Amino acid sequence: MTTNFPSKVHITTTINGQQHELLVPGYMSLLDTLRELIGLTGTKEGCLDGNCGACTVNVDGRIVDSCLVLGAEVDGKEVKTVEGMATPEGLHPLQQAFLEEAALQCGICTPGFLVAAKGLLDNEPSPSEGRIRHWLAGNLCRCTGYDKIVRAVQKASS
Amino acid sequence: MVATFETKTDYKVIGKSPIRHDGLDKVTGRAIYGGDVKAPGLIWGEVLRSPHAHARIKRIDTSAAEAMDGVFAVLTHDDFPTVDEREVSTGEDVVNLKRDQANIMADKKVHYKGHVVAAVAAVDRNTAQQAANAIKVEYDVLTPVSNVDDAMGDGAPVILEGLVGDHLGEEVENTNVAKVFRHEFGDVEDAFANSDIVIERTVSMSMIHQGYIEPHNATAIWAQDGNITVWSSTQGSFGVRAQTAGMIGVPESRVKVNYVEIGGGFGGKTKVYLAPVAALLSRKSGGRPVKLVMDRSSVFEATGPAPGGKIRMKIGATNDGKITAADTDIMLESGGYPGSAVGAAAICVFACYNLPSSKITGYDVLVNKPKSAAYRAPGSPQASFAIETVIDEICDAGGFDKIQFRLDNAAHEGTRRGDGVQFIRVGLEECLQAAKDSDHWNSPLGDAPEGKARGRGVASAYWMNGGGVSTCDIMLQDDGTVMLNEGSADIGGTRTSIAMQAAEVLGIPVEDFHPSIPDTDSIGFTGVTGGSRTTYTTGLAAYNAAHKLVDELKNRLADLWETEVENIDFNEGTFTANRDSIGIQELASKLDPTGGPATATASVNLAEAGNAYGVQICDLEVDLATGKTDVIRYTAIQDVGKAVHPQYAEGQIQGGVVQGLGWALNEEYFITDDGAMANRSFLDYRMPTSLDMPMIDTIMVEIANPLHPYGVRGVGEVPICPPLSAAAQAVKEATGKSYYELPVKPGRILEALNGD
Repeated sequence: MTTNFPSKVHITTTINGQQHELLVPGYMSLLDTLRELIGLTGTKEGCLDGNCGACTVNVDGRIVDSCLVLGAEVDGKEVKTVEGMATPEGLHPLQQAFLEEAALQCGICTPGFLVAAKGLLDNEPSPSEGRIRHWLAGNLCRCTGYDKIVRAVQKASS
Repeated sequence: MVATFETKTDYKVIGKSPIRHDGLDKVTGRAIYGGDVKAPGLIWGEVLRSPHAHARIKRIDTSAAEAMDGVFAVLTHDDFPTVDEREVSTGEDVVNLKRDQANIMADKKVHYKGHVVAAVAAVDRNTAQQAANAIKVEYDVLTPVSNVDDAMGDGAPVILEGLVGDHLGEEVENTNVAKVFRHEFGDVEDAFANSDIVIERTVSMSMIHQGYIEPHNATAIWAQDGNITVWSSTQGSFGVRAQTAGMIGVPESRVKVNYVEIGGGFGGKTKVYLAPVAALLSRKSGGRPVKLVMDRSSVFEATGPAPGGKIRMKIGATNDGKITAADTDIMLESGGYPGSAVGAAAICVFACYNLPSSKITGYDVLVNKPKSAAYRAPGSPQASFAIETVIDEICDAGGFDKIQFRLDNAAHEGTRRGDGVQFIRVGLEECLQAAKDSDHWNSPLGDAPEGKARGRGVASAYWMNGGGVSTCDIMLQDDGTVMLNEGSADIGGTRTSIAMQAAEVLGIPVEDFHPSIPDTDSIGFTGVTGGSRTTYTTGLAAYNAAHKLVDELKNRLADLWETEVENIDFNEGTFTANRDSIGIQELASKLDPTGGPATATASVNLAEAGNAYGVQICDLEVDLATGKTDVIRYTAIQDVGKAVHPQYAEGQIQGGVVQGLGWALNEEYFITDDGAMANRSFLDYRMPTSLDMPMIDTIMVEIANPLHPYGVRGVGEVPICPPLSAAAQAVKEATGKSYYELPVKPGRILEALNGD
């Protein structure tokens, strides 16, 4: 008889501006930490091997695939997810542009694209089409053919 | 861009592009998809899959898994009830319950690598995975059959024991060919003998996957009272209900399927894989909610990809550019159980052409690969690649303009499709004309940079589009807003395109609608979101419900105004009779004395289909040193009937094109000698990224569909078909070599370039 409950790690982390103190199982990804422990299911699971980008979140200003990061690794770090993009004043310009440009169809990749695109615009307010396409190449969308996503990012950047 | 051929432009709502009603939830992360479902006391399920592509199961030992801490239940095929070969409708296609039950949980034999052999439920996902891995299975490994040639060869191992094939009406045992059928008219042999140009080629293509980003998932509760509740990302809740109830042997009324958002389907989420397993695990776990989410490699290995196969194609033409005859054999891989898209391939293959004689023979062929399912115009892309490749060569041989030749031979109203159906008004000729007139077709390719070569390809395709059954309920609220319930899963903004059709009738702004998709207990039967049918058919249900609501409101007003119903007119949201006049939204607050709120419901069953045609032009550049291709310009022309929501109609076309380009240039299942898929991740199964694609230009042609009040035809599927040949012909023009095997990948291009 083996035990199936690996030891847990005590972490303190800031998620969308709110501090959380958590006991995270050692094997648990940041993706599952957000989804299962915090209840932030806006970050999506697509492949669990870092190839689709649906689980993209921002950790200390850097874009990461949260399926490839352990929850234990964000101890002392600041995590931002799609749920943290809108403010009480309204939607983030990227969210508004995605709605206006019909840049989502099924919407499963949308949170990852939004977080990734915000990571670009935070540092480069006016990227070229080529730069946007290059930056977003780590996020797969199977519905839109990318045309309207790129246009939405262009709209939010101008 | 919209090119309107029938001028009906006085719509208030139709043809505008309002922000979709579910958009806010989807850009803020609030929308609940199947994988996001939580329930009190939720536990996790996991399955064990076969490592072999073809094997007999000798023994399954579940004792170690059962003994593990945190494990609540273990399941094998023995836990499923015996079901007969009854067929149930998913709303679009038909499922054979016994075979599909064996497909989701292997019965004595495994038919493909990844075939589920057992399942567990445990306290969390990690424990469930460990427990599934602790199950021991002994196999008698058999030789896998990996392609149609091997499957149809003499002495091929028989995959589905007991299968009796129907070969042109003859019953055949010990076969992997489930069905051979034929559509034929005229005398093709005589016509070929009298043709100036005859070209015959055989093309082939690999199995490919829909590639939706959201993996399959299901959560189920089998409560102590025998009622079963299911949440599962699906294109059709009623299909999940029918398949789940059928496979676990309970009446459909015992199963309630809750609607959850779906992260892409493209046909692949019409069939059920996990919900019956979750339900049985829940029952064995004392009614606990059980959730399963598939991992990505299992999505590739064990869901429903699009069939690969082989198509022989022979076309004859005269020197003055008229097609005389067409003859084809279409052999498609159904996968581990019968039922490929070959029937639809046969319907579509010659549907762009007005043929004096044709012969179409279809073969449904079992191989040791996952059971194929629908993928966006199922069967038509493969068929389009075959015919358009040969048409292109006919044009080259005869010196014909590639669009004019298609125009001279185009199907139109009255033309008989290869399967005999006579077309109603269709828009292929207008699409071809729009292509011929387009800026793209009339612009030069431009010079390629050093070391590269450019080419242009053009191709057309057809998809019939679906009709079927849909239901819509409308409830006018006191404040003049409208609650609208409809049964179609929303994968791309159809809540809005359906509500818009009711809004147009009622003269109420679509922003005042609250469209919802209720559970299967709370709306009338509605077929799957598939077959490009949702805006077309469920939209018609909404249109009819809105008209019923107007009739009801006239009855109420007749009481209030003390007049006869016939005296009341309704126009653009205002009722008038004699000197009385009232807006519909104002009337909404005055209904209580007339008998309470006004509601209306409508169901429709459209037997006939919308008929979609697309013509596409592809410019691409080939790196002559590496074989890498870059699409540099792309235009998709399509008869949409009427674009209800032009932005989302265009989005469907652009998305379909890019999926088709992935199919044409990159995507394939690499099958090893052991019958395994070698590239079962998004890293190795290389779908197009944003970096690979240019903007996709569209020209939406609007030839009203006579079967729909706004002329809607449906848009979703046909755009995936033309890219296969359009891209291949562009590579042909760039390299001077022909390509008969998909994908036209860099290695294949280099082989062709270096071959002589």
